Amino acid sequence: MTAGVIFNVQRFSVHDGPGLRSTVFMKGCPLRCAWCHNPESQPPAPAFVRLSHRCMRCERCSEADLAEPVVAGRGMADVDRCPTGALQSVGERVDAATLVPRLLRDRPFFDESGGGVTVSGGEPLMQAPFVTDLLRRLRAAGVHTALDTCGFSPWPVLRDAAAEADLVLFDVKLMDDTRHRAATGVSNRPILANLEAMSRVHPAIWVRLPIVPGHTDDESNIDAVGAFLRPLPGIARIDLLPYHPTGESKFARVGLECAVRGTPTPTADRLAILAARLRAAGLTMPIGDHP
Amino acid sequence: MTARTERLRRASLDAVPAISAERAVITTAFYTDHLGRHSTPVLRAMNFYAICDRKTLWMGDEELIVGERGPAPKAVPTYPELTCHSVEDLRILGARPKTNYAVDATVIETYARNVIPFWQGRSLRDQMFGELPQAWHDAYAAGCFTEFMEQRAPGHTVADGKLYRKGLLDFKADIARSEAALDVEHDPEALDKREQLRAMSIACDAVMRFAERHAELAEARAAALSHGPRKRELETIANVCRRVPAHAPRDFHEALQYYWFCHLAVITELNGWDAFSPGHLDQHLWPFYQRGLADGTLTHDTARELLECFFVKFNNHTAPPKVGVTAAESGTYTDFANINLAGLLRDGSDGSNDVTHLLLDIIDEMHLLQPSSNMQVSRKTPDAVLKHALRVIRNGYGFPSLFNADAVVEEQLRQGKTLEAPREGGCSGCVEVGAFGKEAYILTGYFNLPKMLELALHDGFDVRTGTYVGARTGDPAAFRTYDDLFAAFRAQVEHVIDIKIRGNQIIERLYATRMPHTFLSVITDDCITKGKDYNAGGARYNNTFIQAVGIGSITDSLAALKELAFDAPMLPLGRFVEILDADFTGEDALRQRLLNKTHKYGNDDDYADALMTQTFRMLFETIDGRPNTKGGAYRLEMLPTTCHVYFGDVCLASADGRGEGQPVSEGISPVQGADRNGPTAVLRSAAKMDHVKTGGTLLNMKFTPGLLQSDAGIDRLHSLVRTYFKLDGHHLQFNVVTADALREAQANPSAHRDLIVRVAGYSDYFCDLSAALQDEIIRRTEHQEF
Repeated sequence: MTAGVIFNVQRFSVHDGPGLRSTVFMKGCPLRCAWCHNPESQPPAPAFVRLSHRCMRCERCSEADLAEPVVAGRGMADVDRCPTGALQSVGERVDAATLVPRLLRDRPFFDESGGGVTVSGGEPLMQAPFVTDLLRRLRAAGVHTALDTCGFSPWPVLRDAAAEADLVLFDVKLMDDTRHRAATGVSNRPILANLEAMSRVHPAIWVRLPIVPGHTDDESNIDAVGAFLRPLPGIARIDLLPYHPTGESKFARVGLECAVRGTPTPTADRLAILAARLRAAGLTMPIGDHP
Repeated sequence: MTARTERLRRASLDAVPAISAERAVITTAFYTDHLGRHSTPVLRAMNFYAICDRKTLWMGDEELIVGERGPAPKAVPTYPELTCHSVEDLRILGARPKTNYAVDATVIETYARNVIPFWQGRSLRDQMFGELPQAWHDAYAAGCFTEFMEQRAPGHTVADGKLYRKGLLDFKADIARSEAALDVEHDPEALDKREQLRAMSIACDAVMRFAERHAELAEARAAALSHGPRKRELETIANVCRRVPAHAPRDFHEALQYYWFCHLAVITELNGWDAFSPGHLDQHLWPFYQRGLADGTLTHDTARELLECFFVKFNNHTAPPKVGVTAAESGTYTDFANINLAGLLRDGSDGSNDVTHLLLDIIDEMHLLQPSSNMQVSRKTPDAVLKHALRVIRNGYGFPSLFNADAVVEEQLRQGKTLEAPREGGCSGCVEVGAFGKEAYILTGYFNLPKMLELALHDGFDVRTGTYVGARTGDPAAFRTYDDLFAAFRAQVEHVIDIKIRGNQIIERLYATRMPHTFLSVITDDCITKGKDYNAGGARYNNTFIQAVGIGSITDSLAALKELAFDAPMLPLGRFVEILDADFTGEDALRQRLLNKTHKYGNDDDYADALMTQTFRMLFETIDGRPNTKGGAYRLEMLPTTCHVYFGDVCLASADGRGEGQPVSEGISPVQGADRNGPTAVLRSAAKMDHVKTGGTLLNMKFTPGLLQSDAGIDRLHSLVRTYFKLDGHHLQFNVVTADALREAQANPSAHRDLIVRVAGYSDYFCDLSAALQDEIIRRTEHQEF
């Protein structure tokens, strides 16, 4: 029995693959993207946070506790005792056998819509044995599976996990390695090499580009992405994911600084221009601003 | 819209609802002269004839479909023989800030001088209240249930397709045959049947007289014009009114006018609940539409204009106002006429056609409060048809609502109907199922579920009215287990349902013997062959509904009590009750726990949902199959309309964290804001109820407009609907509006007079709703994308 740490199961998830899906978000990520939508997912261990807007100051916590968003020395019993739900655990240890039925609760919706389950994060491959096992179990249950990865992983690990997924959602952020290191904390070389390798062995890959104005949306980056993707087989679709400032408040919630605070959401027009640019670079697969 | 229908629509929107005393005056005079000289059915039919013969006619300057119930659009007649407004009622109607009716001083004077003196003590409502037992009055005053028929007659029914194949002369021939076949020597009821059949025949004459007067009026108006298009239109109107309803319609225009005369006839003779409805209008009109296009007498555009004129007619017919209205029972101008789209044909095949799309386009363009519309979605309904409806829904007016046509058939088969009747039937009013043209399916009143638990926690005592209205189930502090608590809850439900049904039986017999609905009987199978009235069991099928309200609130309350007082006890039940009686004073932390940390229905949480299904089964066992007085049975429905606000108002604080007097949950929707796992979890929870055992359930959902903007958004909504229906869900309706937009309208009503929202089973102007109901709609969970 493998166990993993997840931080959320999102039902009625509509942007992580085809149809209506349930997405399980795994905890832990090797990247530190400045524009991260789920910064609470980055550290691998469960943590306890307090949402001050929900707190009723019932004095179960001390004044000193209340000052800090991330709370030390707490356990699930404290979370249970908090009347308002202000004290929350980010991260939950689960085993695959109990997680699978939870993920299958929306199965009639998957069947109707052509949806399924997406394993996302964080970075799922930080917990590769668990995720590979989970995908295998889901597939055995006859449900469509998708693996959403940043691609930063040893190739055999990625290959083996992806082999259990009907669809791979593969993020590409910046083609220039210096910029990539600056924005995410890691080199893009293994990522791009993995995508190249993946495109030769996996039949269904959707590449996803976060469009973060002022960070990833410049023409030179988009052109470089186009040039890189054009020769690759197996890329069925490209999605431009518009930056959303929803992550900004989450950074504060887990005691982190958001480095792209104030960045606007790209307009539909801007996304259309970028999509046209990729098409002009010779990409023929569907390009959407959302799946 | 054409310029004509744009003007007709505007005139309808601008018309001010007003009370007309004309019908009351004609009826009072007629009764003064004729009471005691005829059998009851014949007296009723003759009174109806007198109204049709004498009432002021209205023919608007540009109208193509003619006829009004009152002397002018939105002039609403009254029905003093059923419920006689007092002078004070009339003053309140004229003065109340919301859903008010203009009441002329002469109306009040006429009422005071002529109408009230005659009807006081004679109206059916007065007789009813005299006959109902004290236990009924106590439970009613405590807010355990409401009673539909103390205000308006049984109605709740819908026309079927036979109207388009038979004229009233054909019906009269049927009546004559039925009368000729009476066997006085061997059938002890033959003489009663004869009176009933003669009354039906007079009712046909009344409606034909009404049409004839319209023909005469149109001819006179045409004669006054020397030439021009309106002269020709008036001549056409005259020809149509000479033809229908005496004869079956031959073309699209005649078909619409025929239905409209029947509609007016039903709602003029008595003010039955839910007015009357045309049923599967797209299916009924389809042969006329095809024929008209083929022979060149009709085009898409002329059909559309006629339909638009027809729609305006519904909007002109504001609901008759209730009597003794309290602020708590919010009013509505809507009279619940409802048009069905798509669905199934008699042979079980898909019933949608080009007229379905035409009607959807009209609904989308006209944005009228009335008529309501719904789509009966079968697994055979093409995706394109459902998606067209969803694109109309996306625009945020709550129309059309969606019903599961396949479940609707199954529900009615369970009641013992033959297969074709439910296929040709469907849903009307808010969500109730019936066999159109063949059934009296009567809603009798809402049932306050949270109140039953409150009674179980107080040994049957109603704290607010200071009366024992429930069963004596003992001190809750002595309940050892959750099962003890549930048994006490069950005992209260059984006790109060018994009281309710005792009252219902009395009321049914009063209508059967004293208030027949003679014209509705003509057009409802098998009243003519049985020689029996619609209100007396003449219809082929007779189901009587009790509508339970607050399943979300009751589930969450039971879940909290089960968990905190029994499973993981942290609070003795006796202490829990004290805290609720004190409305959580000084117990904020507990209340927060109840609001945030206990199991809630609507989250696909089996702990909570199991209690929902336990409660549902108990209700079903208590109600379903009990005999009514008409040869039919009682059925359970899960529908609130606006009653969840009133029921909350009469309840103490509840264990789900709800404060004293706050609204309870509506329909089978979760408690407002308690559903936190998104729309699929709501639908999964709701589908755990066995909808097939009901006569209708109502589920409200609210989506942000952003979710549905794109075609992909429509696809998602389509998947949600199809899946819920695959799981046997009965009904879904949507509000597509943000809470911010509603708050803005609440703060600034004059700028948002035309904002229409879905309430529960119908749409209404948001600014006409009570503040409590507005707040409740704002608090409903807004589903967005993830």
